[in-house]
Amino acid sequence: MTLALILIIPGFATLVALCSRRVAPWVTLASALAVLAFASIAALGVAHGGSVHAADGGLSLDGLSALYLLLVAFVGVTAALYSIGYLPARAAEQEDGIAPRYREYWPLFNLFLASMLAVPLLTNLAVIWIAIELTTIFSAFLVAYENRAAALEAAWKYVMLTSMGAMIALFGVLVLYYGIHNAGEPVSWAGLVAAAPRLNPAVLLIPFVLWLIGFGAKAGLVPMHTWLPDAHSQAPASVCALLSGVEVSAALYMLLRIYPALAGNPGIARPALWYIVAGLLSVAVAAFLILQVRDYKRLFAYSTIEHMGIILAACGIGAAANQMGTVYQFFAHAFTKSFCFYAAGLATIEFGTQEIASVRGLLARSPVAGWSLLLGAIAIAGAPPFALFISEFQILATGFGAGEYVATGLLTALIVLAFIAILYQVGRIVFGEPDAGAPRIKLPTTSVVALSVAFAPMFVFGFYLPPPLAALVQHAAALLAGPS
Amino acid sequence: MATAHAIDGLFAALFVIFGLGVIGTRQMLGTLYLFVLHSLALTGSAIVLGVALGSPHLFWVAAITFSTKVVAVPLVLRYSAGLEIYGRREVDQVLTIPVSVLIAAALALVAWVAANPLVHALAARPFADINVPTGLMAVFFGAFTVAVRREAVAQLMGILIMENGAFFASISIVNDLTIIAEIAAAVDVPVAALVIGLLIRNIHSVTGITRVGLLAELKERR
Repeated sequence: MTLALILIIPGFATLVALCSRRVAPWVTLASALAVLAFASIAALGVAHGGSVHAADGGLSLDGLSALYLLLVAFVGVTAALYSIGYLPARAAEQEDGIAPRYREYWPLFNLFLASMLAVPLLTNLAVIWIAIELTTIFSAFLVAYENRAAALEAAWKYVMLTSMGAMIALFGVLVLYYGIHNAGEPVSWAGLVAAAPRLNPAVLLIPFVLWLIGFGAKAGLVPMHTWLPDAHSQAPASVCALLSGVEVSAALYMLLRIYPALAGNPGIARPALWYIVAGLLSVAVAAFLILQVRDYKRLFAYSTIEHMGIILAACGIGAAANQMGTVYQFFAHAFTKSFCFYAAGLATIEFGTQEIASVRGLLARSPVAGWSLLLGAIAIAGAPPFALFISEFQILATGFGAGEYVATGLLTALIVLAFIAILYQVGRIVFGEPDAGAPRIKLPTTSVVALSVAFAPMFVFGFYLPPPLAALVQHAAALLAGPS
Repeated sequence: MATAHAIDGLFAALFVIFGLGVIGTRQMLGTLYLFVLHSLALTGSAIVLGVALGSPHLFWVAAITFSTKVVAVPLVLRYSAGLEIYGRREVDQVLTIPVSVLIAAALALVAWVAANPLVHALAARPFADINVPTGLMAVFFGAFTVAVRREAVAQLMGILIMENGAFFASISIVNDLTIIAEIAAAVDVPVAALVIGLLIRNIHSVTGITRVGLLAELKERR
């Protein structure tokens, strides 16, 4: 019942948000909080291993899916809270007379959240594909929220590229469906891993390649990444937090979950190589693009591409089984990136522009926005004492320990390059003297509170992980490593 | 079985021709009609395979394809982007029609070769040798349509052609997709068409055009 409630609650909130514009923000927040509570209860149930099922096996949860579910639920809460103050503040900034889509925002927010929550909860692979496709459909108008030509262009690119990817991935899903079903296993993640050793390598490898292209487009992997910076530069910061924090991770989640099946098939030679090449290519391109970016929301979008690459490459160099490796990077990136976009959103309210060259002295002008952006940049770049430092360090240590010197060496160099590029760009924004005549703007209280809530895991999980969460991360890493 | 194989081959040929038609036609309304015919060929193949393999699930697939893609999608598009579809006649594209058709022919060959390992792996499925390469061709044709058409509606047709391609291949290899997945897929397509149609209408109302290929505000400035 708990699993079903996680999907029913946002559906109910959508109906209320459609009926009443006035209560929509608060109903959405209450719904997101309830979802987080139920997701936590469900995750606790699988923290030490095993899985739970509901709705005649239509819904299920294991360690890895529970971890992703918690991330979606948490970012959902902070994004809802952040939006309450942020959207009216942004509307005040909009000077070209075009009204943003405030009326549609809250129902779509709930539908978008529900579709993302469905990804880890659904059992059947074909139905999971539909949930992923729906995340694009429901978020299209959230990307186009500001209703300007540029926002609509970004939304169109986003929908077309990710839908094309989804159709390519669909081909793979259906071939895999045949393979698992033919092997006499249920068409679920557990069934895939159980069937993998007996599958014809072509029935496993071809779907994987189709997924790498198809879901890779959704995850923002190079060279299918072009929609990602455009969508993030135009969408409201709260939507960017959801897109970058957890939506692109949905596609990456699919690529991670197929990994133990590939590794478990004796006919597929070195599947890790696919992950290493795809991952390093994304990290390399993103690191160089961060150096020359002109818009600070695009900067964090490129950083998302970089992190998707790190997670894939980490899987390939052997960090999948390390509980503080691939899984922890996947986990820590979600809340750290959402924090970065919240901070970027506050900076946009303060300055009314996203151009790095037009923004100086954010620390002096607005200490809250300035410190948030600086700390977010330090955290996302992978510096201590933040959570991403732990995972990046562990990934590199595992890679060198496993003898993957070339791949790990390259990954290290690219992470360092991205680190320098992010801090250089953000340094230009936060330091220096602001324009003397610029008026001070009061930041929305709910947005500042959301920022504080998002800061807590980013900071605390850098040195302390509560025991149930540590057990869940360990269980998730064991699932990613596979039965061997 | 041999007769069924021959009839399925006929539907596969029609499926390829209608897919090529979407790439080659200049008329906006023509692309929509060709998509409807493309979906009818998919429906026909599903019925043939349903009879030959004795699979009631494939009759479901045929019914769902007919009701969503032949009936619902054109209605939804008429509601959401009717002015753009029925008001404009010509579709712009990046390449000329002959060049596009030549490239499509090359893509068909690539699809045929690329599908080979999969067809070998699926030797136990009697119709996979026809449906899998044909389906992959449609996926390539659809992607190519999205890449070369500047018009939003034509790009949407490209996406839908890709989906038809994936299903054309899958009906020969998965003829017992769970009913939940079938119903969910049935809901997904019209919803996607509605949302994308509404997006097209908004692009038209804000920018005055639906030639999305001309929208180029978002570039990394140097």
